[in-house]
Amino acid sequence: MRLTLVNKMTPVLTGLVSLMLTATVFAAPPMPEIPKGKGEQCVEPTEEMRVNHMKKIKHQRDLTVIEGVRTKKHSLKECIDCHVIPDETGAYPKIGTDQHFCSTCHNFASVNIDCFSCHATKPEESDSMHSMTGMNPHQNVDMSGSINQLSQRELDIATSEKRQ
Amino acid sequence: MTTENNIDAYRRKFVGGGLAAAAGIAIAPGVILNSVAQAKPADKPVDDSVRWGILIDANKCDGCNDCVTACNEEHGLDNYTNSNESQRTQYIRVVNLRDKATGHEQALPVMCQHCETPPCVDVCPTGASMRRADGIVQVNMHICIGCRYCMMACPYKARSFVHEAITDQRPSSPRGKGCVESCNMCVHRVDNDEQPACVVACNKHHAEDEPAMFFGDLRDENSEISKQLKKFGGKQIRADLGLNTGVRYRGL
Repeated sequence: MRLTLVNKMTPVLTGLVSLMLTATVFAAPPMPEIPKGKGEQCVEPTEEMRVNHMKKIKHQRDLTVIEGVRTKKHSLKECIDCHVIPDETGAYPKIGTDQHFCSTCHNFASVNIDCFSCHATKPEESDSMHSMTGMNPHQNVDMSGSINQLSQRELDIATSEKRQ
Repeated sequence: MTTENNIDAYRRKFVGGGLAAAAGIAIAPGVILNSVAQAKPADKPVDDSVRWGILIDANKCDGCNDCVTACNEEHGLDNYTNSNESQRTQYIRVVNLRDKATGHEQALPVMCQHCETPPCVDVCPTGASMRRADGIVQVNMHICIGCRYCMMACPYKARSFVHEAITDQRPSSPRGKGCVESCNMCVHRVDNDEQPACVVACNKHHAEDEPAMFFGDLRDENSEISKQLKKFGGKQIRADLGLNTGVRYRGL
């Protein structure tokens, strides 16, 4: 009896399913437009980062805070330095807006993140750098080459000390 | 990463460090940069072969407040909008002392004393208040629940609590609402072979005479701070508590 009912309903069901399929095709949800970062390739393959970025950042945060490991590969600061790019007017996108790299997907997926109640949402701007640093920390990856040159200000500080 | 790759990375770092030292010497004859002393590869955890410390000469300190300004700038501590004066964070403050008998007045910069046996670490229920292997005491804000037990426990009143949501943090000094924070001896600078911001500012202020603040490795007897301590000694504030502080004072 039940089987016959199903048999009778089959064309109706098929129609419904095909209708839904058509509707899905036409009303596909808008996918997030992910802002392009600096450089050609992220530190890991994009697919890997999409799935596992949170694990990598979390692992790195404990290594850094507790053990003082300062490798830049999986640090949140480096994510921000590459992925948060100023617009034409030079302004950085605000966290929470779809223009911010992190918010783009997190808004789309409705996943709240708490990183940025403490962490900086944009790279350090060079003109607001600390007066004593004199160099872009992002560029200070290794200790060789021209990056190692001291700014005039640092030279002044260094040479004004009476040290033997 | 394989072991061989690790070795290569160390070698590269070592060669890079050598270049840095060469560049440092080339600046000017007789000038040696303090910052290229202890090179730790970035991928290596800190260990207890060093213990960082600061020596403050209270006789030299004229209460100029440069250390406080430098600290506030380094950690971006001025981004409050609603907190009142007593609620605002201070990592370092200048305490004025007056001897009632003689009327002698002294200014004393006081910050986290980086105890070897820190009471703040003892009382922390989550393990957020922690002491790194190299002696730096700090808050792991990722697991701080803001209970403020550590603020009660600290005999030096060194810790502050963030009462309001803040923005525009410095990338190297993340901090936010609901967490306790304190001087971390500029851990991001120390790991980068630089000196804490307060020490740099102080040495700049005292460029014409002897520096009033020394930063260095207390375990290394050839470091400037150890030599100074050996020659002139250094006191702890509240030495009776037996905390073996990493911050020492001269001329108290």
